Amino acid sequence: MTNKKRIIISSALIVLLFGGLWVMELTMNTASMLFVVLKKGAIYALLVAAINLLQGFTGLFSLGEAGFMLLGAYTFAIFTIPVEMRENIYQYYDGGLVQFTIPVWAALILGGLVAAFFAFLIGFVVLKLKSDYLAIATLGFAEILRAIFQWDKLGVITNGSNILRSFPGFSSVLFPFGVVGLCLAAMMLLINSSYGRAYKAMRDDEIAAEAMGINLFKTKLQAFVISSFFAGIGGGLLAMYQLTVKASTFTAALSDELLLIAVIGGIGSITGSVLASFLYIAANEWWLRFLDQETFIGAFKIPLLRSGFRKVVFSVIIMLIVLFYRRGLMGTREFSITGIYEKITAFIKKKKAAKGGAGK
Amino acid sequence: MNEFLLMGMAEISGGGFFQAIAGFFQTNLPYILAGISVGGQYALIAIGYTMVYGILRLVNFAHGDVFMTAGLICFYISTVSPLIISLPLTVLFTVALGFTIEKVAYKPLRNAPRTSAMISALGMSYLIQNLALYITGGLSKQYPQIPFISNSVTIWGATTKMVTVVTPILVILLVVALVTLIKYTKIGMAMRSVADDFETSRLMGIKIDNVISMTFIIGTFLASIGSMLYFTNYTAIVPSSGAMPGLKAFVAAVFGGIGSIPGAVIGAFLIGICENIIKGLGWTTFSDAFTFALLIIVLIFMPSGLFGEKKTDKV
Repeated sequence: MTNKKRIIISSALIVLLFGGLWVMELTMNTASMLFVVLKKGAIYALLVAAINLLQGFTGLFSLGEAGFMLLGAYTFAIFTIPVEMRENIYQYYDGGLVQFTIPVWAALILGGLVAAFFAFLIGFVVLKLKSDYLAIATLGFAEILRAIFQWDKLGVITNGSNILRSFPGFSSVLFPFGVVGLCLAAMMLLINSSYGRAYKAMRDDEIAAEAMGINLFKTKLQAFVISSFFAGIGGGLLAMYQLTVKASTFTAALSDELLLIAVIGGIGSITGSVLASFLYIAANEWWLRFLDQETFIGAFKIPLLRSGFRKVVFSVIIMLIVLFYRRGLMGTREFSITGIYEKITAFIKKKKAAKGGAGK
Repeated sequence: MNEFLLMGMAEISGGGFFQAIAGFFQTNLPYILAGISVGGQYALIAIGYTMVYGILRLVNFAHGDVFMTAGLICFYISTVSPLIISLPLTVLFTVALGFTIEKVAYKPLRNAPRTSAMISALGMSYLIQNLALYITGGLSKQYPQIPFISNSVTIWGATTKMVTVVTPILVILLVVALVTLIKYTKIGMAMRSVADDFETSRLMGIKIDNVISMTFIIGTFLASIGSMLYFTNYTAIVPSSGAMPGLKAFVAAVFGGIGSIPGAVIGAFLIGICENIIKGLGWTTFSDAFTFALLIIVLIFMPSGLFGEKKTDKV
């Protein structure tokens, strides 16, 4: 398959996806469950892929994702709340310190940069630690960040432990898809570049990688900063989706949940992360809702169905995947047009050959 | 409170150093007492972490949730039976739970990469919390009052529950018993050798699985005792009740040097006391953050903790 062909097919697929979404938005009820799943699923896809970049491609076990999301979400909110609303929202802090707004796209990028900057500082300190210590240390930093953002002395900026709201949300489902698509594309390019190969070498064997001339600390720090940048953007998008931001929601449990989704999709596959995120959100918000409702067939009450059962079923599924299907949905495979094209052509050739054989 | 501190500072400069210390103790006594009490409870959880980590090199994230489950089990059993029966039953069921978790979630992954076992531990923690949420229906449960230890008592003018006095004594007794077990019995010797070298112990004919099961049994036994003391102080049990104490106990284990039992106990007491003094100074927002800051400082400047052995990785 030539390069030109590949580019044509991939651009056609992208146009088809966005065209399809556009038509769907015009024709269908945008308040329906489908659009909730699409928006939230896209955001989760980015967040899970960011975790996977660390866990799956670099071999860094980080549980601090929630902290970087918090930075992204707060940065976004602080710089996009309309000035006239600030008096009302920062009511305990005289309208807050920041008295201007910046465009949505700039606020998202700024959120990513703030998260990346903090990741740089934190990474300097913790990246020398080994697997499980690293996990606990990053978790610790996320908890410290959460405490700092709830501190009333910083209330003029963060509004203390009160919520931030009234900032712009999504005008169309195309927006999160566009941002997430760009980020994922950048991530794929990174993974397939020489940097990405250095990450994988480090994941497979740190000592061998070092012997091949890879600067371990520098490479780890780079991966950590990049992953946090995307987590920050994801946090900003999550803020746009939820329309409110509150520091107390960015808990360690959120990081755990995202990591478990990455495990479902397959540690080491961005495609897997994306698939698993949409599946998880669709099942969680939509398809498995019935598990939480008490249901009767005639006079017979179906046992077990009651509020909270959905989460139990989920956790059992996750445990089954962790224990018996450790590769997840995709393992380390990725979706690629070339791969599918080759499979199809090989299949056609095989059929032709079989026919030819029968003719003799 | 702060004025007292300032007065204390002034006295230091005036030369009344001991008076200042005495003043500090006098004003902070309730917090120090609370710290000793909660520290002892953390210690009982921390031992479970440190023993499992010493043997399996696994952070058993589900341990804090087992601790919470012990509270719930006690609540549910004591609705149908008197405490004299429900307390031993609680211990029994909690130990059974710890034993089962190891068999189900960790044993199949013994030869898998370490991160798989850790993810399994995270998944187990998620499962236990969600099960608890389902069973309790999301309502917080009131821990039953255990007579004697929930009585009030006054120490040097500070009123507190009897549990504050009982906890440190009980912790010391249990730790002495545990250390004796590890030092002088056959299973204790097996534990030490497995912690030292997994493969060689296996070659020497030690039944690794039994040793690991025993570790989990001891760890959950202590956690269930800890839960009785802890929930006597903090009586509302919600599914996430175990998460924070669990993490803090883990930090205590790291602080004391992971793998070392006396280290974990001393670390837990220090963390409990510091945390409560910070609360006393009016920095409640940062009392949890302090623990993590301490963790990071310890990890960076003395990764082997207070009493841990230094380890080097072999290629």
